[in-house]
Amino acid sequence: MLLLIDHVTLYRYASPVRGVVQSHRLTPSICEGQQVLDWEVTVTGGLKGGGFRDGAGDWVQGWSVKGPVSEIAVHVRGRVQTADTAGVLRGHREIVAPECYLGETFATELTGGLPMLAKAAEGAEDRLAAAHALCRAVSEAVAYRPGATNAHTTAAEALDQGEGVCQDHAHVLCAVARANGIPARYVSGYLLADAEGAPHEAAHAWAELFVPGLGWVGFDPANECCPDDRYVRLGSGLDAREAAPIRGSARSSGPETLDVTVAVLATQQ
Amino acid sequence: MTQSFNEMYLDDTVRAPYARLEAWMRAMPADLRIQKQAEAEALFRRIGITFAVYGEGGDPDRLIPFDMFPRVFTHNEWARLERGIKQRARALNAFLVDVYGRGEIIRAGRIPANLVYQNAAYEKAVAGFVPSKGVYSHIVGIDIVRTGPTEFFVLEDNCRTPSGVSYMLESREMMMRMFPDLFRENRIEPVDRYHELLRRTLASVAPAKCDHEPTVVILTPGHFNSAYYEHSFLADLMGVELVEGQDLFVEGEFVYMRTTQGPKRVDVIYRRIDDAFIAPLCFRPDSMLGVPGLMDVYRSGGVSICSAPGAGVADDKAVYTFVPEMVRFYLGEEPILNNVPTWQCGKSDDLKYVLDQLPELVVKEVHGSGGYGMLVGPKSTKDQIEMFRAKIVKDPGNYIAQPTLALSATPTFVAEGVAPRHVDLRPYCLVGERIELVPGGLTRVALTEGSLVVNSSQGGGVKDTWVLAE
Amino acid sequence: MLSRTADNLFWIARYMERAETSARLLEVGSRISLLPSAQGYRNEWDAILRSTDTQDPFTRKYGEAVQRNIESYMFFDRDNPSSVASCITQARENGRIVRTALTSQVWDALNTAFQDLREIERTPRSKLELSRLTDWTMKQAAMVRGAIDATLLRGDGYNFLNLGYALERGDATARLMDVKYYVLLPRMGVGSGIDNDQWSMMLRALSLHRAFHWAYGGEVTAAKIAHFLILNPHCPRALITCVSAANNHLGRLAKLYGKSGAAQAQAEALQAELDRLSPELIFEEGLHEFLGRFIRQTAGIAGMVHETYLSGDMR
Repeated sequence: MLLLIDHVTLYRYASPVRGVVQSHRLTPSICEGQQVLDWEVTVTGGLKGGGFRDGAGDWVQGWSVKGPVSEIAVHVRGRVQTADTAGVLRGHREIVAPECYLGETFATELTGGLPMLAKAAEGAEDRLAAAHALCRAVSEAVAYRPGATNAHTTAAEALDQGEGVCQDHAHVLCAVARANGIPARYVSGYLLADAEGAPHEAAHAWAELFVPGLGWVGFDPANECCPDDRYVRLGSGLDAREAAPIRGSARSSGPETLDVTVAVLATQQ
Repeated sequence: MTQSFNEMYLDDTVRAPYARLEAWMRAMPADLRIQKQAEAEALFRRIGITFAVYGEGGDPDRLIPFDMFPRVFTHNEWARLERGIKQRARALNAFLVDVYGRGEIIRAGRIPANLVYQNAAYEKAVAGFVPSKGVYSHIVGIDIVRTGPTEFFVLEDNCRTPSGVSYMLESREMMMRMFPDLFRENRIEPVDRYHELLRRTLASVAPAKCDHEPTVVILTPGHFNSAYYEHSFLADLMGVELVEGQDLFVEGEFVYMRTTQGPKRVDVIYRRIDDAFIAPLCFRPDSMLGVPGLMDVYRSGGVSICSAPGAGVADDKAVYTFVPEMVRFYLGEEPILNNVPTWQCGKSDDLKYVLDQLPELVVKEVHGSGGYGMLVGPKSTKDQIEMFRAKIVKDPGNYIAQPTLALSATPTFVAEGVAPRHVDLRPYCLVGERIELVPGGLTRVALTEGSLVVNSSQGGGVKDTWVLAE
Repeated sequence: MLSRTADNLFWIARYMERAETSARLLEVGSRISLLPSAQGYRNEWDAILRSTDTQDPFTRKYGEAVQRNIESYMFFDRDNPSSVASCITQARENGRIVRTALTSQVWDALNTAFQDLREIERTPRSKLELSRLTDWTMKQAAMVRGAIDATLLRGDGYNFLNLGYALERGDATARLMDVKYYVLLPRMGVGSGIDNDQWSMMLRALSLHRAFHWAYGGEVTAAKIAHFLILNPHCPRALITCVSAANNHLGRLAKLYGKSGAAQAQAEALQAELDRLSPELIFEEGLHEFLGRFIRQTAGIAGMVHETYLSGDMR
């Protein structure tokens, strides 16, 4: 499938800031099933900084903006040719050992109902079956409801509420997978949500679990499926914060607001 | 516990390296000693060498007690130590490059994967990165104890930002000022090249993108930090700026410091801040101490950070057990300096032994430092031991245990005159383009009679360390 | 030089000068309070507190403005950022932060002041005469200043220190004069006998009493005093002397850095204005109005110094 992506993140600062520094994971992964035809990231008034491919295979790009500024737009545009790999991440070069993804973070701390939910993997005949069972269990336990949670909601809190968005689903799945000794990571990217390509308010997120023999396999509990040719993978981390497409810091004291619009469109070749 | 080795004597005769000091000690009248001690203290306070103990409150300008009785090594003793220290520093750096690369030592089954990859000090953010000159730990502080005429053991490694080197330099300065005659009578190797070697070491690891004489800075958490004196002391000696996180900023591909003449590019950062605080975008977003965007510049070769983020995984107390294995694996050599036998409470056999023998052992937290969170079995009450037992049982993986070593003692001035007190040694090995070590180090002394805890935060003192010339 | 280092140096000077000012204010107050008045003895303390903008916090904490309370507040109180104890502690702390930019003599002077202060704080108050406290403060300030003049490299750091001194001292002289203004004007016209007693007292507190008489001789008049403290370039505390020192050090910085900016322009403008003034013109504007304007103008220069050199945002 040929996916067209148009992703704008708009930062507005209540009072002009003296400078902004950002770190982006906004470049599609190099792996089977996604081929970048063209891709461009722009930052208003931005100076491109150092870029490098990290140990997990993500392209990380630094940016800085000289102040004073009151508004910054990060604009991502591109076309990616995708194919279905049944969720299996192949041809992706990385050096980080899977064991590194067994560690807890604040967002994925194994508390509340999480240990109980983690039992969903009991009796599974192998790692892959356990992963599927966990993904299903998370889908059932956390209903999709936009606005029910916020960016700082933890996995345990989302589970307790029984509702959330893709970030919460991915956090919960990471937590319960790690509880079963399965390395798991949070993945951020784009998803073609519906045929019309109506814009969303956020990019998408899912999880990858490590299955010996297969390697990393994607699971999207928000949609109860494995990523296919509707997905574009950007980067990964232990949780949403680590895998965030944009991390930034402004030299200011005032509040900032954030507006995100993501449009993913499928076109005829 | 066996009788400990007194470094001044061997079978009731004075050992050769101490011969002149022994005579000096005998000849010194008590009132002169008291006067000199007071002089030293006044000097230290005037210069401002003080040490604030974390979280203890009290006098923020407390002095680290300075003992005027030097500790002495012969040329030959030091030669062996030096080889052993450098060997260890090389192995530790090879290990760091390896575990952030392909992890051959793990693949070879010589060290368990979980010990490395699930270690809190392992930074996967730097996996796949080889720092300039392949060095992760540029200043390796190796804590060594002595138990006999030829027996030395490594107690622990400090690969991040070992502190205390200012005390090594100031102790020497103080001794030369107060007792110049001693330095005429004894031929003592100088240590005052240290700062020049440190500066050269740091400059030698400038990043690839640096095409000019590198600008080196020291990054301090700030003047409230207990080691601030040392940070400013080293900056002054090296003639480099002492910066805080707020003095640095990232623009484009580089890091700059804010100066009265505008931005000035920085090439090498000798940081005295923990990994977690150094780069808020990458690690702790709430850190006010670090520099947003620093990791992107670092990983894209715009700046060098010393020690490199992630170096801490090599000085973890659980990883420590495997350092002799690293020496064999990476260098193909036998370790010159031995480890203290160590039991990993995380292993069930070891745990059983440790719990059985608790009153005889020293138990430490795997990630602890500064002498906190440790149990010295033979020096503890029954209640203290039982309390510690409960802590170990609750989280065995967090503890290691070692036999209580009969730490050597050296003569030390105390209220009653001169008496033996236990000591350890921390030499500072510099690793850059070359490996350098000044002859000597920081000797820490447990001033309380019989105490084995030498940490300055726990009432330890320091003394000058002499290496005699050939 | 790091901007933060320059900032620390600038503030070492300001704090030391401020400590001295607080001590001098204490001295003026105590001396004036010994003068008889129609109501018994004068109480000048309110005016002194007003001059440092600290009357409200003082009243909240201590209530009545009697000498012992004022001494506590202006010498010992750490809650008062302008107290001698606060200023010396701050100066020493700023010095500790930038140890590498100071000579050991300067550090020694700062540290000794601080260590002495701690000793004083441990001494029973009954054993501490006010004059001993004020003498001690002025001595410490002189020691630090002397160490700076005698030993410090004449680089940018030296200029930032001296800028701090000049701007703080100008501000302090203006405020000290303003105390006098407050006290006098509502009761009787400038120029009466009592008035002269008080002006003399103030000159004494500024250690300028004899200098004044050597320079002017004869009757002490308001016009002479205004000329001396505002316009006489020989008087070390005169506003014109402070502005000219600020100008000098700003000029040296501009030369050193090859760049001149708004701070230099503002300081030059102020200097040019003072050069044209006479006591008559000042009294015509109103002494209080003039002093208020001067205080705002020096604050403006300090703000530009901060913006240009100390904030680290200059490109």
